[in-house]
Amino acid sequence: MASWGRRSSGMVHHIKALSKVELRGKAGEMKGGWWRYPLQPGVASALVPRSWPCVNTMASLFLVQRFKSSLPQKQVEDDDGDQDLDFPGGKVAYTSEMKFISGSYDKRIPCYRVLGDDGELIKDGSDFEKVNKELAVKMYSDMVCLQIMDTFMYEAQRQGRISFYMTSFGEEAATISSAAALTKDDIILPQYREPGALLWRGFTLQEFVNQCFGNKDDGGKGRQMPVHYGSSKHNFVTVSSPIATQLPQAAGMAYSLKMDKKDACVVAFIGDGGTSEGDFHAGLNFAAVMEAPVIFVCRNNGWAISTPTSDQFRSDGVVVKGQAYGIPSIRVDGTDALAVYSAIRAARSMAINEQRPVLVESLAYRVGHHSTSDDSTKYRSLNEIEHWKTDRDPVNKFRKWVELNGWWSERDEADLRSSIKKQLLKAIQVAEGMEKPPLTELFTDVYDLPPSNLIEQEKLLRQIVNKYPRDFPSDVSLH
Amino acid sequence: MLGQSLLKIRPAISVLRSYSSAAKQMTVREALNSALDEEMSADPKVFLMGEEVGEYQGAYKISKGLLEKYGPERVLDTPITEAGFAGIGVGAAYYGLKPVVEFMTFNFSMQAIDHIINSAAKSNYMSAGQMSVPIVFRGPNGAAAGVGAQHSQCYASWYASCPGLKVLSPYSSEDARGLLKAAIRDPDPVVFLENELLYGESFPVSDEVLDSSFCLPIGKAKIERKGKDVTITAFSKMVGYALKAAEILEKEGIDAEVINLRSIRPLDRSTINASVRKTNRLITVEEGFPQHGVGAEICASVVEESFAYLDAPVERIAGADVPMPYAANLERMAVPQVEDIVRAAKRACYRVVPLAAAA
Repeated sequence: MASWGRRSSGMVHHIKALSKVELRGKAGEMKGGWWRYPLQPGVASALVPRSWPCVNTMASLFLVQRFKSSLPQKQVEDDDGDQDLDFPGGKVAYTSEMKFISGSYDKRIPCYRVLGDDGELIKDGSDFEKVNKELAVKMYSDMVCLQIMDTFMYEAQRQGRISFYMTSFGEEAATISSAAALTKDDIILPQYREPGALLWRGFTLQEFVNQCFGNKDDGGKGRQMPVHYGSSKHNFVTVSSPIATQLPQAAGMAYSLKMDKKDACVVAFIGDGGTSEGDFHAGLNFAAVMEAPVIFVCRNNGWAISTPTSDQFRSDGVVVKGQAYGIPSIRVDGTDALAVYSAIRAARSMAINEQRPVLVESLAYRVGHHSTSDDSTKYRSLNEIEHWKTDRDPVNKFRKWVELNGWWSERDEADLRSSIKKQLLKAIQVAEGMEKPPLTELFTDVYDLPPSNLIEQEKLLRQIVNKYPRDFPSDVSLH
Repeated sequence: MLGQSLLKIRPAISVLRSYSSAAKQMTVREALNSALDEEMSADPKVFLMGEEVGEYQGAYKISKGLLEKYGPERVLDTPITEAGFAGIGVGAAYYGLKPVVEFMTFNFSMQAIDHIINSAAKSNYMSAGQMSVPIVFRGPNGAAAGVGAQHSQCYASWYASCPGLKVLSPYSSEDARGLLKAAIRDPDPVVFLENELLYGESFPVSDEVLDSSFCLPIGKAKIERKGKDVTITAFSKMVGYALKAAEILEKEGIDAEVINLRSIRPLDRSTINASVRKTNRLITVEEGFPQHGVGAEICASVVEESFAYLDAPVERIAGADVPMPYAANLERMAVPQVEDIVRAAKRACYRVVPLAAAA
């Protein structure tokens, strides 16, 4: 680097002496050995014979100088292996071969899996995190529970009993195994299709159903539409509808954890569609720069409502984007509970021990519709849906493995299913019949303490409700 | 400080009247800097983030010396993504830190407005009290001088219309110190609207103001000048203009009461209404666009609560209903001037008898 600096200053002297070139701006101002104000390109090209390969203007001017004052020699500078470009951000080697990094891929990043479609371990020594019986049975039971809850609640919406619902069919393993690989201190920022993670952490069926019905026992006080769960007790940040806003928030939260030096990380979920949002860029970029311990889990399920991934991006999925931000990434089979578990365990360890973000792309097809407001048969084939629903069902796959280990039987299956169904029916019955949140909750939590205008409004509203009770719903308590 | 420009001495002198035993002078810039410094020193959870706040000492030098004193973990230079760093700030606040997010100007906050409204303002409500967001978004608001349409808009009415936010706008150094401290200590998200042209202005500050525990209540306006003939409400830079107008009006026998709103949300309706019930006339002054502005809300409030006390229609002085032009002469025409306030006050005072119907 020092030699480059010397050469440059010598060049300035020569150029000034030549007085052929008019330097624009502050000529000769050097900081750390690189030129601050570049020469006019037109001037430079006039001095340099076209046959010379030009790496940059400065090198070509230097060539001109030597061409003038000494015998012409073969210039090896351009191909000089040990000359680097010392640029803000770090050294980078030069090359004289003009080569574009290809935008497309001949070989896509492979997808990590542990179980085959038949539920058996892939033979050639798959490396994965071992799971004991207790853990495996809980994972499986929760996956079954999620599937049944989704089925019932979807039907409830169709019957007009709740206003809206979103199912996780096809992605049960992706969310439940992820949560299983975390500790309860790790903070989860969901997109909206991760009730599996909340279920794993102990949110009860009754609590889920209460939120969907928006009754007085809802932890969210009936403020949010269905499936917008949240629970600070379970370290599960309330679902927020705008897409991808949770990504920069995750970076901020992880930064706070880092400042507190906690043995915990943040896990932020996002779909394939969400990676198109500006916040995806900001979140990943910032997390990398701030060295924040956050795991970004992209649930690539192939569809963003009706937009297929081919219309969403032209990259090799989402996993390759990680490297662009300096983030280690992995692609994993989202229908394989063991693979997801292992990958998230490893990611968590990396995030916390190395204090850096990690990106995990989980591939698991969205079997259900986007939501109850969607009919996906309108934009994709029934065959495709059927194939993923039956042949590639993550719950069945994991069941086979658990049974092969002798940890699960037909009897257990029947008992589990009937128990869940009974609990769920009861929960729905209870939730439906319950009163809505009381009137007070209309005005609380807008601020930390209720401001005077809201206290007045509430008083006024109560007066009106008392005066004209027939105009107001009877299932809203005035207490 | 005082010697910066002759133009600036006049408001300092006119303001002197309202402060008791003014000993020290302090610029608004110093006031904000000292408030940040003291709050960061008192609470390790408070940290500052924004473009150029660290190494550059702040785009307007508000955060001068803070990086050196508190280090890069408490003073973060962010990349250029308002949406990004607003979101990060909100995430940090969800976890329990107290970020102070600086926008180089509130015009750029529009790129982050989803995070300010949907992630910050509404979160406590939507999470049923489980997620509070003790964040402060601050920066210069409104017109500077010769910066054109995309750098001159006033956002007071936009943010003040949103429940869940608190919106403050200081005028003097006392306001700047007291309100910023209150904002940082407040558990709710606060939008703190400063003014670039006020940064260099000097105001007298008492010892009480200089004390590190000094704090002003949010939601209380200040009567900068007592009067009995007409009420003039204003905030930020327009308070200075209103005070100058009051001087001119005094010579013509009109005793104007000038109210410095300080807090746009919550609006101090009781102070405003009490004043109108005394003077019976109201002029609202703001720099921003007239439609759906702060003045419109004040007018509605007074009509709702003090209609019988009004002796003249309420008049709103606001900026012209055009994107801010650049040319200096056009710019001057597009923002309220002292003369506009004087004329409006006179109109309010002479319009005693309602016009006879179909005379």
